[in-house]
Amino acid sequence: MLSVHLILFLLFGAVCVAGAINLLLQRHPINSALSLIVVMAALAGEYLLLGAEFVAAVQVIVYAGAIMVLFVFVIMLLNAGVEERSAGSRVSWLLGIPGLLTGSLLVAWVLLRQSGTFMLKAGEQPGAPKDIGQLLFHQFLLPFEVTSILILIAVLGAVALATKPEKTAEGAD
Amino acid sequence: MVPLSYYLLLSGFLFACGVAGFLIKRNIITIFMSIELMLNGVNLSFVAFAARWHALSGHIFVFFVMLVAAAEAAVGLAIIIAVYRTRETLDVDRMNLLKL
Repeated sequence: MLSVHLILFLLFGAVCVAGAINLLLQRHPINSALSLIVVMAALAGEYLLLGAEFVAAVQVIVYAGAIMVLFVFVIMLLNAGVEERSAGSRVSWLLGIPGLLTGSLLVAWVLLRQSGTFMLKAGEQPGAPKDIGQLLFHQFLLPFEVTSILILIAVLGAVALATKPEKTAEGAD
Repeated sequence: MVPLSYYLLLSGFLFACGVAGFLIKRNIITIFMSIELMLNGVNLSFVAFAARWHALSGHIFVFFVMLVAAAEAAVGLAIIIAVYRTRETLDVDRMNLLKL
């Protein structure tokens, strides 16, 4: 029986799958970046179906917003063109692709055999921002603060790496 | 009602697409985007299992994965810019020397 939940799941899932495949097929990085944004927006829909409101909002704001803007910005900054098709590494064709196929087919087989053992209702585990905040600032306070330091170090590292090295090179000379 | 396995299949498919992109793509920015796709696939399985076990910590974990992904994107893209300055290429086949 097709419930509304299942129809919405299939709709968002189809958009996800189409975006992921399009990311692989496109040869220009900007097209890949845009299809990745489509995947992330559709995933936010899937999170909403599972009841994870906060995660869905953060997915759109941080992933589809901030991170992908950074990607698009770098692609345009470097004026990236169409990628050249080359043979690729022999190891990746001989071991990587067959290994990936066997692994994913095994996982899919196991999952399909166990299909229907547990049914998720729409909004099974509600994740309201209030509950997330309670958990984040009590039980997970230390990891939260450690990640803030990590972000600070990452920002400093990004600035240090991306600045033009000319001045320091001349100073060294 | 949707079986848990459907969500896991979707998440596994996204992860597999990310691995395939990592292996077959030649542009370093696209390879980096494939890594983000893998992280997204893992996030979906985190949220699905949080719903399965009625545990909110799965959502917290997704939050942390996103933060680490943001830090990784900032540093990684800065490295790509630095590499492009010295090599003038984004093709990973041409980035085969540690020394300039």
